[in-house]
Amino acid sequence: MKKNELIESLKKIVKPYIQDEVAFENLNEDTDFINDLKINSANLVDVILDVEDEFDIEIDNEAMEKMLSVKAAMAIIETKLSEK
Amino acid sequence: MKKRVVITGLGVVAPNGVGLSDFTNAIKNGVSGIRFRQELSALNFSCCIGGIPTISEEKKSEYFSELQLRNFNSSGILYGCIAGIDAWKDAGLSMDDENVDFDSGTIFGTGTSGVEKFREAIYKLDDKQVRRLGSTVVAQTMASGVSAYLGGMLGLGNQVSTNSSACSTGTEAILMGFERIKNGKAKRMLVGSCSDHGPYLWGGFDAMRVMTYKHNDSPEQGSRPMSAAASGFVPGSGAGALMLESLESALERNAIIYGEVLGGAVNSGGQRNGGTMTAPNAEAVQRCIKDAIDDANIDANDIDLINGHLTATIKDPDEIENWVTALNRAGTNFPYIQSTKSMIGHCLAAAGAIESVASIIQLKEGFIVPTINCDDVHPEIVKIIDVDKIPKKCIQKELNLIAKASFGFGDVNACVIFKKFEI
Repeated sequence: MKKNELIESLKKIVKPYIQDEVAFENLNEDTDFINDLKINSANLVDVILDVEDEFDIEIDNEAMEKMLSVKAAMAIIETKLSEK
Repeated sequence: MKKRVVITGLGVVAPNGVGLSDFTNAIKNGVSGIRFRQELSALNFSCCIGGIPTISEEKKSEYFSELQLRNFNSSGILYGCIAGIDAWKDAGLSMDDENVDFDSGTIFGTGTSGVEKFREAIYKLDDKQVRRLGSTVVAQTMASGVSAYLGGMLGLGNQVSTNSSACSTGTEAILMGFERIKNGKAKRMLVGSCSDHGPYLWGGFDAMRVMTYKHNDSPEQGSRPMSAAASGFVPGSGAGALMLESLESALERNAIIYGEVLGGAVNSGGQRNGGTMTAPNAEAVQRCIKDAIDDANIDANDIDLINGHLTATIKDPDEIENWVTALNRAGTNFPYIQSTKSMIGHCLAAAGAIESVASIIQLKEGFIVPTINCDDVHPEIVKIIDVDKIPKKCIQKELNLIAKASFGFGDVNACVIFKKFEI
């Protein structure tokens, strides 16, 4: 999957949870879920479940802890996809 | 110095009307909100009728954000938040996203929260999918879910809690908020209660055979409080909410005042002397009513209207007898009495709050709404009170004092006295 396609799918996934529209509009690899998008930390697990559904992968607890930014999410998704 | 406590806002989500004006119209015209429920029939319920408020998806999105509605499946919290926010706005209070209001709190009761959500979670969990439950199972299924949601929506900074005392929950919540304001611990308390709808909440009652199975073909005639043909209650659901406020605060804000909470009492029969988990100890019921009258510092003879618990089980005549004894009034000297449940069924934990909203509407507007389905008043009731004291049609009547009582499983009782407001 191409990088920009991956970012686009992530953007769709996080949309319901974001509380900062400007940061969302400018979403890029360096965007942080909590600090930039102001996603409620409790909702991070929902983001992860939605990622699992979208890519048909399973994200373990350790990977989950690291998934705090677009960049980290992309890396984890790519790894999981390559393991399939 | 104890504070006087007044009612400055109302909100209601009932099977026969959502919102103050629809509900007022419905109760005034004796409109039943009871319908046949296919989902109950499909699950082999004996009683296949019930009362469920109609809430459109559009209405939901007026009160909840898109995010809050994601995986949301708790009807009680839905009803409670709509009624609560309506009462808040009705009181002329604004919704502020920034600030905390440390002078306002809530006591918003329920019996159980989010049973449908809990069922979803249990299925997932048993399928070894606990990690996929999502983030809102706790918030939707904790008993205090409704007060927690409301606290966040309104920015409440005073006490935010949920009480639970079975079918007396709503009336108890009013008294708990009342005490808090009276004692100067809060200026405003949003009080009320809500109840989920549906088979997973109502099933236990169906199993006890306390819901009527005789009106599956005539749902609107099913809820028959005080009737000779009463054969069990009809389950209902919804929420009622009252904005209670210190008189000082209400006057300062120039708020509309619906009425005053004069006082009340809660007690228990201890499941002794006739009282059990499910049946009331008559002595305790009478004592609760008398204590409420004493607390409100009124004369029992001045009560104009009783909004009873009156569920349409075989216990209704006993309740009337308890009122007769407690008030020492009978026959033509008995006050008017009504059962809102005749139109909305028994809304369980929400009953006391919805019925209190009905009471205050009547107090403010000066009429007594009908009790439907009791043209055949139970002979044991006819023996002790004049049947004309149970209006079957709406009558115009200036009301000064209303007594509202609710009784619940666990042998618990609550009675509150509402008064027309005068400076």
